[in-house]
Amino acid sequence: MSKIIFNNVHKSFNNRLSVLRGVSLTVAEGESHIILGQSGCGKSVLLKCLLGIIKITSGDILVDGISVKDSSRSDEYMRKFSILFQGNALFDSMTILENVEFGIRQIRRNDKGRIREVAEEKLLAVGLERRVFNLYPAEMSGGMQKRAALARAIAIEPEVLLFDEPTSGLDPITGGKICHLLKKTVNSLGVTSLTITHDIRVAKFLSDRASVLHDGVLVWTGHTGDMERCGNEFVEHFHRASHAISRRRVLE
Amino acid sequence: MLRSMAVLGRYTLFSLHEIGKASIFAFNGIKNCFLPPFFFRETLRQMMVMGFYSLPIVGLTAIFAGMVLALQTYVGFTRFGAESAVASVVVISITRELGPVFAGLMVAGRVSSSIAAEIGSMRVSEQIDALRTLQVNPFGFLVAPRIISGVCTLPLLVLVADVIGVMGGFVVSVTLLDFSIGSYITQTVKNMAMIDVISGLVKAAFFGFCLSCFGCYHGFCSDLGARGVGDATTGAVVSSCIGILVLNYLLTALFFGI
Repeated sequence: MSKIIFNNVHKSFNNRLSVLRGVSLTVAEGESHIILGQSGCGKSVLLKCLLGIIKITSGDILVDGISVKDSSRSDEYMRKFSILFQGNALFDSMTILENVEFGIRQIRRNDKGRIREVAEEKLLAVGLERRVFNLYPAEMSGGMQKRAALARAIAIEPEVLLFDEPTSGLDPITGGKICHLLKKTVNSLGVTSLTITHDIRVAKFLSDRASVLHDGVLVWTGHTGDMERCGNEFVEHFHRASHAISRRRVLE
Repeated sequence: MLRSMAVLGRYTLFSLHEIGKASIFAFNGIKNCFLPPFFFRETLRQMMVMGFYSLPIVGLTAIFAGMVLALQTYVGFTRFGAESAVASVVVISITRELGPVFAGLMVAGRVSSSIAAEIGSMRVSEQIDALRTLQVNPFGFLVAPRIISGVCTLPLLVLVADVIGVMGGFVVSVTLLDFSIGSYITQTVKNMAMIDVISGLVKAAFFGFCLSCFGCYHGFCSDLGARGVGDATTGAVVSSCIGILVLNYLLTALFFGI
């Protein structure tokens, strides 16, 4: 059953700069889908269009049959999502416990008694210790911030989890740990997930199914293992380039 | 000739566009002050930032304004043998004009810039997008508490500035200009009209609205990157100060029937 449908999505800014050009994609319920692409190809714009933060120029995006353009059902639409932002987007003026509580408080207005309990439970679930609960985001490392942001994202019990470059800015060891945590979290919650990344290793680790975006056009969708010999020149080049970098890192 | 007309036209259109954008922003901000959910904790935090932490700077400005005013008035008025009017000039000037305007400008410099920088940084680091994904209206969470705090705390700050400013004039008059304590106090009380104090407080409420609104507006409209946030900060202070001076004129004309 389809969970998310991108139907011929176009986005241009000021009627000139065309960022997305006819993106069509279907993500099934419970699927972990990856969108790969170079920097500036429109991956983050696509994610923001899905969230309704950026309005699409034409086409449509449907989640469980609800259109992103249907303002009368925007609350119902938005309640389905949670996102782990590239820069974590934790609120600076709040401790991480307050960050998680804040998210829960907005979504579950009728269940105020359990807010702290749920927030602590989620922070522990992502591997953070109690002693850091009252730290401000600026006092924590990048990896810890990523975990706290993930706790905030899962605390509101979304149906769709979105990850925007989940390992960017992290060292390889921490990035690996975060990848494991994301995979474990998605599997345990059984939610649909959509990850945006330019890192093929992350893509292959998190999911079997991926799409490649190039200059605003979705040029390939398929099994991550087939990328190497998919017949699309850009996808094969992207794959080779990523592996060449990995080999160079190993040699260094 | 045609080229200069085109430039003038472009500039006029741009200015009207900006005024329109800022007016819609202000309207949305006011609307969200009355719409739930209400963020009481954030509002209290803003009141502390705008009100309590601005007390020293407002107090210092007021005391020196009062002291200088007493000295200058004395020097000027002795030429006409009207030194006895120093107390009344000090109290009227401080309560009507100097208290509200100086407090407004100082708070604009301190708070409006910090609001623009904070919201601009939140925009850069996607915190405003995060609010939207948590189904929190950024106007309700960021703009409304700041507008409410500005409107509520500025009159209180001005009240403090009035008292400290008058005290400054009193100290200089009694210690340096040989006024007697009793006659100075009598003159001050006699010439202190309630309309002067109230007009100052009403002005302060408008100034508070103006500086918080411009701070939020420039923060929300800032370009991405450090330079964008810097420009937003500068824009917020400049707009707030100009707004305060324009409002001051309009409210003075309104209050004193000109």
